[in-house]
Amino acid sequence: MRLHETPVISNLPLSGGYYMLSLGAPELSTEAKPGQFVHLRIPNIEASSLRRPFSICDAEAGVIKILYKVVGRGTEAMARIAVNETVNVMGPLGNSFPCPVDDKMPLLVAGGYGVAPLYFFAKNSTTKGALFVGGRSEQDILLVEDFTKIGWETYVSTDDGTLGDKGFVTQILDKWQGAHPATKIEIFACGPDPMLAAVDTRAQNWGVEAWLSLDRHMGCGVGACLGCVQKIRRKTNSGTEEYMARVCRDGPIFRANTIVWEE
Amino acid sequence: MKPDLSVNVAGIKMKNPVGVASGTFGYGVEYAELLDLSQLGFITVKGIRKEPCEGNPTPRIWEVPGGMLNAIGLQGPGTEGFIEDYMPFLRTVDVPVIVNIWGTTLNGYVQTAEDLSDVDGIAALEINVSCPNVKEGGSSFGASPKSVFEVVSAVRKTTKLPLITKLAPNVPDIRVFAKAAEEAGSDALAVSNTLPGMAFDIEERRPVLANKTGGLSGSALHPVAVKLVWDAASAVNIPIIGMGGIFEPADAIEFLVAGASAVAVGTANFIDPSTSLRVIDGIEDYMKRHDMDTVSQIAV
Ligand SMILES: Cc1cc2nc3c(=O)[nH]c(=O)nc-3n(C[C@H](O)[C@H](O)[C@H](O)COP(=O)(O)OP(=O)(O)OC[C@H]3O[C@@H](n4cnc5c(N)ncnc54)[C@H](O)[C@@H]3O)c2cc1C
Ligand SMILES: Cc1cc2nc3c(=O)[nH]c(=O)nc-3n(C[C@H](O)[C@H](O)[C@H](O)COP(=O)(O)O)c2cc1C
Ligand code: FES
Repeated sequence: MRLHETPVISNLPLSGGYYMLSLGAPELSTEAKPGQFVHLRIPNIEASSLRRPFSICDAEAGVIKILYKVVGRGTEAMARIAVNETVNVMGPLGNSFPCPVDDKMPLLVAGGYGVAPLYFFAKNSTTKGALFVGGRSEQDILLVEDFTKIGWETYVSTDDGTLGDKGFVTQILDKWQGAHPATKIEIFACGPDPMLAAVDTRAQNWGVEAWLSLDRHMGCGVGACLGCVQKIRRKTNSGTEEYMARVCRDGPIFRANTIVWEE
Repeated sequence: MKPDLSVNVAGIKMKNPVGVASGTFGYGVEYAELLDLSQLGFITVKGIRKEPCEGNPTPRIWEVPGGMLNAIGLQGPGTEGFIEDYMPFLRTVDVPVIVNIWGTTLNGYVQTAEDLSDVDGIAALEINVSCPNVKEGGSSFGASPKSVFEVVSAVRKTTKLPLITKLAPNVPDIRVFAKAAEEAGSDALAVSNTLPGMAFDIEERRPVLANKTGGLSGSALHPVAVKLVWDAASAVNIPIIGMGGIFEPADAIEFLVAGASAVAVGTANFIDPSTSLRVIDGIEDYMKRHDMDTVSQIAV
């Protein structure tokens, strides 16, 4: 983990307020592991603004890519970053997804920009599997063709039915699982909490391993401020205990059946 | 001639007057990969008490114009966990370590200080009587000069370590609180902690922080803290460590001009972890420009 001054190679609009930012970051691109994130200092906003965390969507040939959605002040300013400006990037941060186990089919479950770390994961995975991606509407479904190109099956759902099945992403996951009850699977997921909690329940019910990547508001990004914590259950010599894990340093990826979800 | 940046604050020998503020730098180890910790004047670690503390529910932080609100709620490993898990690393760094302490009762402060008194590698204790984010203890002890006097006196009797009393900004007259701490035997003051604040999600019509209220830090706090340091310096003879919204060397120099003997960088660590190192260089340049040999010459 280091600070990098990275030149902007491109900052391209995709559909519906999503953008892809490419940064020249040779060290980062070799160091980064799927599931890790970077903490960006956004240029051209108030200098005292906090950094913003973003998953690494791709890292190859000296370039890292960030898929982001404009949701507020910081990401609005990001959309205005021009080619050849430089962006200060801290990273790579956090833990990474474990390598998929050879005899299990990896299932990726994504909500919205949750596809970002899963794309990097899929690209680096030797075993191919299936992507289940859900979003509010057609324009919230991204990178599907990119997953197809690298040989992954893809299944889509939208809340409003404008693309794929109408409903939640867990419904298309359930449908698939119902049709392939004998297939050994392992789940990798990134998205909003309710989606992750629903995936967590399924992993436990089906008795399969799942890895869930959490999204929390962050201050430092390095484990110092204790702003981003999540209550996690862990085994001890005498049983189990709950502790406040730092999503930025101990996460963002946690194993299913360890996250203590708030009511 | 190269100016001498070293300072001695309440018996704590610092290479320079720039350290990091409690709660914004973890236990040092979190930032070890990002900067050379040994260049800092001092490291103040996250507030701890005797028992481990889970802290507040999330969301705990919120960005606001000119800074941020936090309501961490003093999550920490307790004195035992701190000594076992973090002191071994801190001993390897050639920097004075200041431990920020708190309690929910007077006795809680005393027991925390007792546990830390004879631990090798601790340079001083900073008594936090000003945390706005815990229901019991914290700022309730800082709310009256009498209780500040009581807490500091009790800790004073417990330990020989230098004591720094960290005061709250939201008091009618900080001079009275500064004097109370001095009379109780505090060797220095830290001014200031965060200012209580609040933000609402207007669509949901509820506070954004799970704790409802939090402490304001960052640029917005800076002029408030400068005045507090100025006022406190007029009332006491013990040294003051100034903090609140230091982002640039000029912000730190302002504290030194107002009467602080040293400064601490807080929120800016999150945004630019090298802020303190930039501030050290900036102070050196300033002293050269003004033909100053020692840091104490900066004070007005
Ligand atoms: C590990 C991790 C990976 C992420 N990866 C991506 C990604 O690949 N693509 C993407 O579009 N977004 C991602 N996010 C979310 C992204 O950080 C926020 O959308 C972004 O910070 C919003 O900033 P803003 O200024 O536009 O929004 P504002 O709402 O104006 O931001 C105000 C404050 O809240 C914080 N904040 C607001 N929403 C979020 C959120 N959902 N998560 C964390 N902090 C938030 C901001 O950082 C800022 O401090 C990720 C978050 C985390 C924690
Ligand atoms: C996330 C966070 C956690 C903090 N935790 C503590 C703490 O444990 N004890 C304490 O005395 N002050 C704590 N503070 C206050 C800082 O030490 C400092 O006094 C304050 O933030 C003002 O400085 P700044 O504006 O440079 O951040 C904390 C501040 C922040 C932002
Ligand atoms: S963001 Fe500071 S501890 Fe995670």
